[in-house]
Amino acid sequence: MTAIDTTPRAITMQVEDGIAVLTFDLPGSPVNVFSAAVQLELRASFAAIQRDPAIKASVLLSGKRENFIAGADIEAFLAFRVAEDAEKACRQGHADFQEMADGKPLVCAIHGACLGGGTELMLAAHWRIATDSPKTAISLPEVQLGLIPGAGGTQRLPALIGLQAALDMILTGKTIRAKKALQLGLVDEIVHPSILRRVAVQRAQELAAGTRRHEAKPKGASEMLLDENPIGRAIVFRKAKEGVLSKTKGLYPAPLAALDAVAAGYSSDGDGYQTEARLFGELSMTPESQELVFLFFATTALKRDMGVDDLTDLPKALPISRLGILGAGFMGAGIASVASPAGTIVRMKDADVTRVGKGLAAVREVMRDKLVKKQVTRPQFDDLMLSVSGTTDYTGFGNADLVIEAVFEDLQVKHQVLREIEGVVPARAIIASNTSTIPIARIASASARPERVLGMHFFSPVHKMPLLEIITHPGNDRQVVVSAVAYGRKLGKTVIVVRDGPGFYANRVLSPYVNAAGLLLDEGVSIEAIDEALVKFGFPVGPITLVDEVGLDVATKAGAIVAEAFGARMAPNESIQRVIRAGRLGRKGKRGFYEYDDAGKKGGVDSSVYELLPTGQKRATETAARIVQRCVYAMLNEAVLCLEDGILRSPRDGDIGAVFGIGFPPFRGGPFRFIDRTGADAVVATLDALEREFPGRYQAAAMLRAMAAQGGRFYPAHGKPV
Amino acid sequence: MTSHGSLRRVAIVTGVRTPFAKAGTLFKSLSAIELGRLCVAELIQRTNLNGSDVDAVVFGTVVQSVQAPNIAREVSLMPLLGKTVDAWSVSRACASANQAIADAADQIALGHMDCVIAGGAESLSNVPILHSPAFADVLMAANKAKNISQKLGAFSKVRPKDLVPVAPAIAEPTTGESMGQSAEKMAKLNGISREEQDEFALRSHRLAAAGLRDGRLAAEMFPVYVPPRFEKIATTDNGVREDSTLEALSALKPVFDKRYGSVTAGNASPLTDGAAAVLLMSEEKAAALGYQPIGYIRSYASAAVDPGEQLLQAPVLAAPKALQRAGLTLRDIDLVEMHEAFAAQVLSNLRGFESPMWAERAGLSQPIGEVDRAKLNVMGGSLSIGHPFGATGARVTTTLCNELTRRGGQFGLLTVCAAGGLGFAMVIERA
Repeated sequence: MTAIDTTPRAITMQVEDGIAVLTFDLPGSPVNVFSAAVQLELRASFAAIQRDPAIKASVLLSGKRENFIAGADIEAFLAFRVAEDAEKACRQGHADFQEMADGKPLVCAIHGACLGGGTELMLAAHWRIATDSPKTAISLPEVQLGLIPGAGGTQRLPALIGLQAALDMILTGKTIRAKKALQLGLVDEIVHPSILRRVAVQRAQELAAGTRRHEAKPKGASEMLLDENPIGRAIVFRKAKEGVLSKTKGLYPAPLAALDAVAAGYSSDGDGYQTEARLFGELSMTPESQELVFLFFATTALKRDMGVDDLTDLPKALPISRLGILGAGFMGAGIASVASPAGTIVRMKDADVTRVGKGLAAVREVMRDKLVKKQVTRPQFDDLMLSVSGTTDYTGFGNADLVIEAVFEDLQVKHQVLREIEGVVPARAIIASNTSTIPIARIASASARPERVLGMHFFSPVHKMPLLEIITHPGNDRQVVVSAVAYGRKLGKTVIVVRDGPGFYANRVLSPYVNAAGLLLDEGVSIEAIDEALVKFGFPVGPITLVDEVGLDVATKAGAIVAEAFGARMAPNESIQRVIRAGRLGRKGKRGFYEYDDAGKKGGVDSSVYELLPTGQKRATETAARIVQRCVYAMLNEAVLCLEDGILRSPRDGDIGAVFGIGFPPFRGGPFRFIDRTGADAVVATLDALEREFPGRYQAAAMLRAMAAQGGRFYPAHGKPV
Repeated sequence: MTSHGSLRRVAIVTGVRTPFAKAGTLFKSLSAIELGRLCVAELIQRTNLNGSDVDAVVFGTVVQSVQAPNIAREVSLMPLLGKTVDAWSVSRACASANQAIADAADQIALGHMDCVIAGGAESLSNVPILHSPAFADVLMAANKAKNISQKLGAFSKVRPKDLVPVAPAIAEPTTGESMGQSAEKMAKLNGISREEQDEFALRSHRLAAAGLRDGRLAAEMFPVYVPPRFEKIATTDNGVREDSTLEALSALKPVFDKRYGSVTAGNASPLTDGAAAVLLMSEEKAAALGYQPIGYIRSYASAAVDPGEQLLQAPVLAAPKALQRAGLTLRDIDLVEMHEAFAAQVLSNLRGFESPMWAERAGLSQPIGEVDRAKLNVMGGSLSIGHPFGATGARVTTTLCNELTRRGGQFGLLTVCAAGGLGFAMVIERA
């Protein structure tokens, strides 16, 4: 006698009128994902369908409210020890989906997110119906994890929607909404969610009866010209490769591998599916993919972290429906432009109507972009704009749940506005400072309710930068922290909570990095050499460009605060001081290290700036490797010091903060992951060597030294990292 | 007997308006709906009101949008209110906002609602231009056409004169008489001289200018940042002429009767864009939410006259009714706000107040009486401030309440004349 298996099933089958309706509803999970167990169930279900002569066709739909299939269970990837493990898993997927494709008619009824493996399953079906809901979104996001679709996606997608459209999806991982999916031929029809099941069953009946056949979407002119012949395809592949290289600077192997896999599908001698499996296996072992997968886990884990360590009777987040913003400048308007789409009513105050008007215009720019990109309709756009209003007094603040001040970075000014705010807002209101450098405890010292004052450090431009650094001080009410974290997430931000201290985390680790670049300038190294070296390392822009972007005044002000706090290793360099003394503020003043035209568009290096630097027009050379080392290692060490000082609550927050806040290369995982991969001992050895050369600037953190001595790591060597 | 005597007392919590801008100027790009939305959003912001406390939005407009005729609904569908706030629109020509306030007050007095936003908006920069009936017929036929040849056939019937667009006129549909012609006629019937009219217009500008200068008038408006660039910012009424003189006014040519006329662009209210709204609550609700109302509605009344006779004279009949319902006489009134469509109309209305003939028509044994000029339109009126048809009633209500509070008076009377021979009056009681 065998034991009865009582594990709840993910797939349930119901047969009605000869049609098997399979419902995928993974127990205990908000979304459906493929695991080995689910695949086993699916295989068994389809085998049963093929065996049963009473079943003519089948329908697959999801039991989740707003999710079809979110793809493969990423945790399963961690079990791959060698490339062959991953390759084998792909082959299994190929075999399973091929069985479906070769079997009785299958209709996929898609409502909600359909990602990765979910999309690949759908591609193997004989008819695809999507709902017209905005929740319905189809994508192949594997490249974002440093991988490629591994269950036939690189083969079936081009066959279904054509080469160019398929590459567009596979190389970017972009999301396709229902209407677009229909245009592309990615789905065969779109319906209202309430009739999805009925129409799907009807189509299954028709396919089984032979009264309906799937027909390829008629091809457009460019498809006929380019996709349908080898010469045309060669042009498409070449263009795509150029596009990938210019976007990734060759630092990401996955999109290139995806091109190879798709190309193999068109080649007469290669087997596309085999190539796909092999490349997937290889990619799964690359550091790039492993770090991107780490970031996936880290951000997922972060979403469950409310930013407080004491979890007993965790208070509920207070609702934030009215937001007051002080300062309608670039930051204030930026915050308004993300708060309004999150459904918040925003009141923005500044000193005079002209400034308020400028702030509203800046908000409109962001909203208009949404309108142009069809992310919102015209009435929605009107509502987004009406949600943000301006004032030159404190009217409208009396009902604020949260006030964020984004006024001038001056403690006296901050104290004054804090007192003013507290005079008008309700006692429940949370008051946040968007300061990037001034310690929060110092700001809160002027408050009558310091427990309700914290830091919310947004990054500029707010609507584009994903990170929000929330700064707490020891006196904070836990509910205030939890509420700020919840609201930050509502704004779509990746939120890390850090403890109070000069420069907090992001600006503190940035300072020695920028300083190292400044010292290279002092020595006469060219601006291009410095920026290019760090862009090649994977930063979106080099440190000198960054200073221009942020503004030299802002950068030096932040630099001065950390220099005062941390002494020698943050001592400012000569070059940036000299350039700012010459009145160059960077992009905003249209004069900095680079040239800017009247529209503010950046050109090449402004060679006249060298006249201001210590070595004048005399250039020194330094290798790219050394430039990277001097800048990046200063940052790595500072990140560890932040953990050591308790500014950071975990290495995870440090990695996420660096990647999402200051552009640390995502494929390197972040400073702590970088140290783990390099080895703490090797990092300490490099730091020691640099310290001998530049005394006081590279003293390895004690934590790092201890780790080097014991062979320790920040993350476990195997298994789920966080 | 007060109209709401046995019912709940209605509080006017506050009122706010956009600056009023002459048509074709600052608010050229804004529709009445947009102006109304901005105004109501600001009212909610200024009062720190929760959208969930609002039961309804009642709004008035005269020149309706063809696409969105229920302006109140378009205004109420805003993020600050949510999607489930009741809304209806009213039309009583220039007294539309007054009617909106009266509707709202009734709902509150009856106990059906506790909190209602009422007001109105007008954009005379954006009046719908219509096709001629002949061309409209062609378009309808073309729309029904089943194929290209039928479609072309429909258009082949178009004659050049059919393409001349039709703009709405400010004229009485039944009499064909324009508003200005009516005012001109009233001036003659009531013996109002050109000088009297110009002097009254000048007074309006001077008092309004003083009210703007000392902040009393400015207090009821909020700056409107004009999209898309928000560089144009309306902070004040742009029709008020501080430097106006009698000489300049008397130099203007009559518009409606070139030979014997006296109504000029200088003594008539200008075409204006703007919006105004007030927040009304039951006395209990206002107290519960901690508001200090700016006034209470004591009574209101409306009346009508034959539009072919004296189009803008109905306030003379509405005022005594409102006073009677309030249990008051003109002597009890500390402040009067009389809408100024034309100087000739205000002066005609005032004469009507004093006239035994109009008293008789109103069923009174004696005239209402003479309005003390020191209590009349003390911060100017529509002649200078401007007159966005749908909004004026709410503007007048707010001005009256605020000034009554400032002066420490007890009762205020407002009257508004309207097209169609309609008139409206309301008595306000100080909070």
